[in-house]
Amino acid sequence: MGIDTFAESGADLELVGIHKRFPGFTAIEDLNLTIPAGSFFALLGPSGCGKTTTLRLVAGLEAPTAGRILIGGKDVTDQKSFQRPVNTVFQSYALFPHMTVLENVAFGLRRRKMADPLDKAHEVLSLVELDHLASRRPQQLSGGQQQRVALARAIVNRPALLLLDEPLGALDLKLRRQMQLELKTIQEDVGLTFLHVTHDQEEAMTMADTIAVMNKGRIEQMGAPQELYELPRTSFVANFLGQSNLFTGPVVGTTSTSISVDISGQKITVPIDRAHRTTGEITVGVRPEKLTLHSTEPAHNPDVNVMGPGRVIDVSFSGVSTQYLVDVPGAGNLIVFAQNMTFGSDVREDDKVWVSWTIGHGFGLDDEPADAPRFSPDLDTRTIAAQHRLEGA
Amino acid sequence: MKLSIGKWVLPVYTALALLILMIPIGYTFVYSFNDSLKSNITWRGFTFDKWLNVCNVQNGAVCEAFGNSIFIAVVSTIVATTLGTMIAIAMVRYRFKFRSQLSLFLFLPMATPEVVLGAGLAAQFLSVGVPKDMTTIILAHTMFSISFVVVAVKARVATLDPALEEAGRDLYGSALQVFMRITFPLLLPGILAAALLSFALSFDDFIITNFNSGNVSTFPKYIWVSAARGIPAEANVVASAVFILALVIVVTVQVSGAARAKRLAKMN
Repeated sequence: MGIDTFAESGADLELVGIHKRFPGFTAIEDLNLTIPAGSFFALLGPSGCGKTTTLRLVAGLEAPTAGRILIGGKDVTDQKSFQRPVNTVFQSYALFPHMTVLENVAFGLRRRKMADPLDKAHEVLSLVELDHLASRRPQQLSGGQQQRVALARAIVNRPALLLLDEPLGALDLKLRRQMQLELKTIQEDVGLTFLHVTHDQEEAMTMADTIAVMNKGRIEQMGAPQELYELPRTSFVANFLGQSNLFTGPVVGTTSTSISVDISGQKITVPIDRAHRTTGEITVGVRPEKLTLHSTEPAHNPDVNVMGPGRVIDVSFSGVSTQYLVDVPGAGNLIVFAQNMTFGSDVREDDKVWVSWTIGHGFGLDDEPADAPRFSPDLDTRTIAAQHRLEGA
Repeated sequence: MKLSIGKWVLPVYTALALLILMIPIGYTFVYSFNDSLKSNITWRGFTFDKWLNVCNVQNGAVCEAFGNSIFIAVVSTIVATTLGTMIAIAMVRYRFKFRSQLSLFLFLPMATPEVVLGAGLAAQFLSVGVPKDMTTIILAHTMFSISFVVVAVKARVATLDPALEEAGRDLYGSALQVFMRITFPLLLPGILAAALLSFALSFDDFIITNFNSGNVSTFPKYIWVSAARGIPAEANVVASAVFILALVIVVTVQVSGAARAKRLAKMN
């Protein structure tokens, strides 16, 4: 697929055995990934996990230390950025300040010597509802409008693959929601392959067909948003994609359908097909919204796990739901989300409570819980690379 | 009445300072219309003759010196601006060995007294056996202008978001196209400012030129030489013309800038 024609449809992206080392650290370690044509794929991870580096490798702005990059089956590893049928929507938008909006959008078409660049630019500006501002300079537009120009400038080229580098990060919440929907609609309309890099798990879940959760240069887990959320494989995924209550203990009983784990004397049961490991010390978990609070000890039920009694140590109201923090001796602090179905809360701080959940909602992880990922250093790969280069000079 | 610093002292002081600064310029301008004979010290009557016949005295020595100065300034500005811009981009964008040492070396010509620099260069040319002429002046001027160009352009390069060039490459621009259509236009204000500075420094320079010019005359050198026996009014004419030209350029830029700002404000 060359750059002298428009892509008829999106193309597969294949990353085979990609390594990327910067002086002094490894950004990406043995990354293998296939993104099918026409899909909306999200790379999700904290700052510095290698997701932006991955994007830059695909765009051709960095070269991999090892491995191959294939677009639509064709090896583009040795092609320069301007030879690849790929366009990027940059985090900072990177609109050319010395050109009008129209010229910004027509830039790629002109470089490829496409016919009627201005007509095509007007057309795509109409698609993002900005044609009336075509003669303005980018700095005269609002953040949301600039973001749409950046998107128009990329999709007007009909790339086989569109890369989105946290393009919604600078927008306020309401505008971000609106743009998420618009992006999704445009992707469905034009049928391109979108690769979206973000650290916003909610954004990834709203927009993507498939999410790959990245951590420390590796993909931890990949799948449909719901699959990742309901059945995380690692503690990193369990905590990065939403929140989780995790408990670690030895497996004390196994039946054909479930395993039981001893958590400081309390028995927790998890379906065997929802556990990645079934012997030894394992970590099991459950999502906070699956939990129910009880003021009296619930009657025994083989389909329900019960923990308690514990003490409510914090109650915080957030509109649609209330978050409770419950201290259960031996099991640590449990987070419980409860929908605000009635006015006010009948559970208060310091109340004695029991917590229960349906056995089918639990999951068993493949690894031990690590430190919460939110406290990782807040640096992106480029900053780290630049620092290392500076230190090396 | 109470003496208010903000209301009286400051404006009076400012007006006095400006007046003192303006007197020599005003004097130069007025005496370019003096119907002088040999020296241009006493007022002998008003005439346009000196303006009309500026190149006709002393076999056109004033105009020749002026022409030389313009030529030297143009050539050294073009060379210094080109090289200086390249150095500035390299220093901001790339990490290489001896980068910080290079900064120091570029700073040295600005910090060294001109007398030392001029004498040192003259000694170099002498020992290498290069005859002093227009070329040695241009070399000398290029040398000290580069430092100023690098400083001016570097500041501009530092504010240029590298993502803009990456976006250019991403949008199918080759390295040359990205430079010509993105990097260069965005650096242009800095480059122009640097070129203007370089031109002014070269046109103005006397000390370094005097050491390295042999018998080539430049405008500052001509004034210096003729000051001993009375500066001809034609020199005032040239000086006034340069001043007026500079004034016109500054006013034009200011007015067009203000007009553009107004237009932008209206669009929003």
